[in-house]
Amino acid sequence: MDAQPTKLRIEPLLWLLFSAGGGVAAFFIPIHLFILGIAAPLGLTKATDYASATAFLAFPIVRFYLFVLCSLPLFHAAHRIRYTLYDGLQIKHLNEVIAACCYGGAVLGTVIAGYLLWSFQ
Amino acid sequence: MKSSVATPPYTLNHPRWYRKRVSTYWWLLRWEYLRFVLREISSVFVAWFVVLTIVQIYAVSRGPDAYAEFQDFLKNPFVLALNVISFFFVVFHSITWFNLSARAMAIRIGGKRVPGFLISGPNFAAWLVISALIAWLLLRE
Amino acid sequence: MADTIKLEISRYSPETDAAPHFQSFEVPFRRDWVVLDALNYIKDKQDGSLTYRWSCRMGICGSCGMLVNGEPKLTCATFLADYAPASIRVEPLRNFPIVRDLVIAMNDFMRKFQKMKPWLIRKEEKPVSEGEYLQTPEQLDAYKQFSMCINCMLCYAACPVYGLDPLFAGPAAIALAQRYNLDSRDQGAKDRFPVLSQHDAIWGCTFVGECTRVCPKHVDPAGAIQQYKLTAALDWVKSVVMPWGGK
Repeated sequence: MDAQPTKLRIEPLLWLLFSAGGGVAAFFIPIHLFILGIAAPLGLTKATDYASATAFLAFPIVRFYLFVLCSLPLFHAAHRIRYTLYDGLQIKHLNEVIAACCYGGAVLGTVIAGYLLWSFQ
Repeated sequence: MKSSVATPPYTLNHPRWYRKRVSTYWWLLRWEYLRFVLREISSVFVAWFVVLTIVQIYAVSRGPDAYAEFQDFLKNPFVLALNVISFFFVVFHSITWFNLSARAMAIRIGGKRVPGFLISGPNFAAWLVISALIAWLLLRE
Repeated sequence: MADTIKLEISRYSPETDAAPHFQSFEVPFRRDWVVLDALNYIKDKQDGSLTYRWSCRMGICGSCGMLVNGEPKLTCATFLADYAPASIRVEPLRNFPIVRDLVIAMNDFMRKFQKMKPWLIRKEEKPVSEGEYLQTPEQLDAYKQFSMCINCMLCYAACPVYGLDPLFAGPAAIALAQRYNLDSRDQGAKDRFPVLSQHDAIWGCTFVGECTRVCPKHVDPAGAIQQYKLTAALDWVKSVVMPWGGK
């Protein structure tokens, strides 16, 4: 029997981040993407102009919201991409490399988003 | 594991089992598997949206000219096409996510399990309300 | 409607064949026949060497699971009439080694079941004189769905993760562990936790959901696995927030 000591495992944390990110992405991303990427460039709605963009970002709560909107979905995506590469392409032997790249990318994106939002004037 | 060793030749007391390797294209062979892989691939477009958002914040932080440049970038036909595709994928993600989370949660009230549609239903409703709210915040004059 | 129907059956003889091949049989088409009836007809009248498992013919024993047109099915509950007049392909269950014709080796599956400690674990057995362990209908309802499993292995044949990673514990085994974890008479959840919280157990699952779709007994193994992920994740949070809390 697998009598491994019950040490702190990383999987539950990754899964919690994946789930939280999936929920945030499901609730918030479609409307943002629609307005930012489709409706505004096509002229269906007004694009957020520079003055209102800076006004929005002046609110700490907006900055916090954007931070969450960036970081959690990144961990969600990292988790899914990792498993899809692992299963879809059958490259189990590269497991560690894939995991490092995926979660590393999510950490990097989170740091960048955090830095930009924190240092925003 | 013993199972990975090449199959030995047949002998009376050592039956020769036939093992079939899973095809690399297993996810193309059945519609259900393809739908699953498309659901997983939606996360690539989620990541694309995050990248777009980070670039937008960066553009705003650099000033009006950089921000105008970013808005021109969004009008590029290729970027626009990519965003249309991404939109369908993130909507697909939302729908599958709400349906699946209803199955992942076993909520019991009065000893009986709450049926899935009573969990996913409010989620879909909340999604609409949140989307309307964000649209109002971003688009009000 | 035609009075016969064609079956293409996967044949494999370990003595002579390097790989399975299909053989066609023409059997009488009858409305009340299931695929298993057709197989029995072939074995009785056409080719006595056709090998397959079956027993109860009524969806309880779980031994006649095969692929019918690529879909994992109990052949005793799959009517010819649902496919006629087209021919029907019958193959052994996917993801398992083939022993002969339609018979697969289930050793791995049995081993995985055993690992889950699928029995009532008590800290202290109470003496028989004190009577049985009582359970309310609500307590029964908490695990009843997961106890309906008949070990037919259709979920393993449907699961791409098991096909890709033979170490994966698989749907039925995890659902069975949940069946005991949720039983009010059981006190063994902590004993099963180390087995269940492996990467090869719950964390290997990507919620394809096919196991639940093919399950003839509506056990919902996919739901069981996600529910246990949530339990394990909350346990993890508890152990981080309160490391001193007794495990």
